[in-house]
Amino acid sequence: MKLTVWTYEGPPHVGAMRVATGMKGLHYVLHAPQGDTYADLLFTMIERRDHRPPVTYTTFQARDLGSDTASLFKTACQDAYDRFQPEAIIVGASCTAELIQDDPGGLAETMGLPIPVIALELPSYQRKENFGADETFFQIVRHLAKPMEKTTRVSCNIIGPTALGFRHRDDVQEITNLLYELGIEVNVTAPMGATPADIAKMGQAHFNVLLYPETGEQAARHCEKAFDQPYTKVVPIGAGATHDFIAEVRRLSGSTTPIDTDRLRQSWWSRSVDSTYLTGKRVFIFGDGTHVLAAARIARDEMGFDVAGIGCYNREQARAVRALAKEYGLEALITDDYLEVERTIEALQPEMILGTQMERHIGKRLGIPCAVISAPVHVQDFPARYSPQMGFEGANVIFDTWIHPLVMGLEEHLLHMFREDFEFNDAAGPSHHGGHAPAAQAPEKMSLESKMKPEPAPTGEVVWLDTAERELKKIPFFVRGKARRNTESYASQKGLQEISLDTLYEAKAHFAR
Amino acid sequence: MTDQFAPPPALGCRTSPVLKQRGQREVFCGLTGIIWLHRKIQDAFFLVVGSRTCAHLLQSAAGVMIFAEPRFGTAILEESDLAGLNDAHAELDRTVQQLLARRPDIRQLFLVGSCPSEVIKLDLSRAAERLTQQFAPSVRVLEYSGSGIETTFTQGEDACLAAMVPVLPHTTARELLVVGALPDVVEDQMLSLLDGLGIGPVRVLPARSIDAEMGIGENTVFALTQPFLSDTHAALERRGARHLAAPFPFGEEGTTAWLAAIAAEFNVSDDRFRAVTEAPRRRARAAIAQASAPLNGKSVFFFPDSQMEVPLARFLTRECAMTAIEVGMPYIHDSIHGPDLDLLPQGPQLSEGQDVDMQLDRCRAARPDLTVCGLGLANPLEAEGLSTKWAIELVFTPVHFYEQAGDLASLFARPLRRKTILNGTSHTQVAAQ
Repeated sequence: MKLTVWTYEGPPHVGAMRVATGMKGLHYVLHAPQGDTYADLLFTMIERRDHRPPVTYTTFQARDLGSDTASLFKTACQDAYDRFQPEAIIVGASCTAELIQDDPGGLAETMGLPIPVIALELPSYQRKENFGADETFFQIVRHLAKPMEKTTRVSCNIIGPTALGFRHRDDVQEITNLLYELGIEVNVTAPMGATPADIAKMGQAHFNVLLYPETGEQAARHCEKAFDQPYTKVVPIGAGATHDFIAEVRRLSGSTTPIDTDRLRQSWWSRSVDSTYLTGKRVFIFGDGTHVLAAARIARDEMGFDVAGIGCYNREQARAVRALAKEYGLEALITDDYLEVERTIEALQPEMILGTQMERHIGKRLGIPCAVISAPVHVQDFPARYSPQMGFEGANVIFDTWIHPLVMGLEEHLLHMFREDFEFNDAAGPSHHGGHAPAAQAPEKMSLESKMKPEPAPTGEVVWLDTAERELKKIPFFVRGKARRNTESYASQKGLQEISLDTLYEAKAHFAR
Repeated sequence: MTDQFAPPPALGCRTSPVLKQRGQREVFCGLTGIIWLHRKIQDAFFLVVGSRTCAHLLQSAAGVMIFAEPRFGTAILEESDLAGLNDAHAELDRTVQQLLARRPDIRQLFLVGSCPSEVIKLDLSRAAERLTQQFAPSVRVLEYSGSGIETTFTQGEDACLAAMVPVLPHTTARELLVVGALPDVVEDQMLSLLDGLGIGPVRVLPARSIDAEMGIGENTVFALTQPFLSDTHAALERRGARHLAAPFPFGEEGTTAWLAAIAAEFNVSDDRFRAVTEAPRRRARAAIAQASAPLNGKSVFFFPDSQMEVPLARFLTRECAMTAIEVGMPYIHDSIHGPDLDLLPQGPQLSEGQDVDMQLDRCRAARPDLTVCGLGLANPLEAEGLSTKWAIELVFTPVHFYEQAGDLASLFARPLRRKTILNGTSHTQVAAQ
């Protein structure tokens, strides 16, 4: 039993729903109790889809348990076929139905439906949402795709995008255009937008572009073996990764067509003098493995940040994240325990968090700015505008997204200089944000102090002397945590028991950069 | 004291035939109630004993994720918990210990059963007894089921309140108990109206904290403020308390009828009743008249969701001049919904339970001006050109009693007003239209 407040991933059948909902002409018959239909709203509300997910829930109730839930399943399956006339059906069980062991796959097989019926085994008490999506898509490809003659022109499949994916809609468009520029045709994009008939012809492509290992890696490996299709290993998030991705695609396809990189503004934006204030900002990165690996590279090499910690919630990517952490001189945090992530962030006191919707909660509580880089995300992370994470435009979008929560360069200086201004103080937040609230007219100094975020309790045995403590409070909140931490570690390095005003400034000189 | 009422219809819906279909139900399970109950009862923690699906439901249904540590959580069952029930009990004890150590401010802990915990027959009542003994007197541990195989959406609150009734102390005092979780501001308005009528002391279930709890006995009379409290109703009757049946306090008419039933029980004079209710009734009528203009003459179709459908249909037809086409309820109880059904003019199809695909067929054929439905259906129906009001907002918004009557009408009118604004000014039309 595991005590959970918030979860990073849903159950595996929600992953299967993401595949089914992304596809067309496929129907999912899910053996599930009343109430599991809540998952529809993920798609209709959070992603604002204008259609119901193609899912039929058997909706069994307590009174059915004693009698015949199996025939309930068969009726639901037949009704779904009659009403929706899908090209193929996937069948499976949610967590409760798994316990009653009706074997939806076996039941559906005996029905003699004139279309492919694909049974899913998704162990709800062991695995999670990403596994569910990855496994479901793999099973669909394994059942429907057959070896075929390759297309005459060089072509590839795009693998991995699903419904409810973080920016999948726009990533697919960006990468499709990039491949087109390279003279490569996209044979099938799947699961998103593909029909079962499309899946059947995936074998025609020369190679596969794997955009999201979380949801497509098993299928990509299967195609490599079954259809002799190599797949791309670089995920094109960030300017450097996009260049590497282009190089990899050139190797796989033989394309030599030049690429116009004028649209990549991120490199200059990052080099322009206005961005110097970004230098060495300490960031904590957390999310799914793929996005975290990409974000760490962008943060260090393209933004000039200092990566203070990284981690991921999906164990499937733990090895890669641990390896990268080691390269960065860090230890990776691999956990799906929200409270553990919160504790880590609290201890590290980064100047910024690059995380998920969950870390946005943590950032809000601790007063640390946060930009979202990975699922799980909320309704505001499904924007109306074109907003990819991948390719050159993705790099531009990421630059804008990451600096938005920060207090901007000159404003940061002014806050350092005049931090007791009653209107423009650091407790009011960055002035370009809607939530910017000037304090009441000429407040008492104490009331200003009381509006500040709670300070973390001094750590360890080192004691802060009153003058040093007061000086520390003159430092704006977005660097105060770092100053406290640096000073304390300097003091313990020097074997000091107390931190005086001098210690504070000696530490400042010591860590000057 | 019923002057100025529109007369009840010659034929109400109480004896109308009810359409009952079985099929896919597009409803939440009872766990969803935790989202408002954990705010209402401030010293309580709700621990769902369930699966990852339960945890995912709670954070998804919360819609807006709550930017603080909520007073609810899920003990997620893992493979090892399914192997042996004794181990599962030991695991539960360990989890509760961990939780209570983290939250020493918690005075009441609800163990909330789920579909998986019921299917594996994990006996939470035994666990609650054991844990109560262990943590008494600082924490009281109760249990109820919020599972989808037992409960629909708002029935979760019903199950929670029903679980509290047996542990309330006994009293012989003649007291009024008002049952149902209301927003604090609405509860205060209600108490002030009852105080004006000279009725008191008034007890409220659920109380905001364990210290404010009340006694129950054969002299207790109780009124329900929510139409989904049938198990609580039965539990209170088992303790000897007597129900004051009345229409539910939505709108000016419903509120007046609800208060009138209580006033009659406590022998409040007509003059006093009029003196207390006249001004708020006038305000409510004026507010409804203003807010409901876009609703007049329009048709409404209810999918089953919150169990508030019949009283709301009564409000919309009698106070906002709408026509009801279909009124779907998860379930109908005559002793609770009868007074509202009496007032609902015959005409609409009543339905209980659901086959969502067949109900969608009926809805599309009827093309109502307004469809009241759950979150899973709202955007797809909007995309087909139907205006919708998502039902969950009715549970999350103050809508009871006089001062909210206008707001209640506005909630329904807003989708229609919005459509008029957007269609009037936009040069791009929705593709589906």
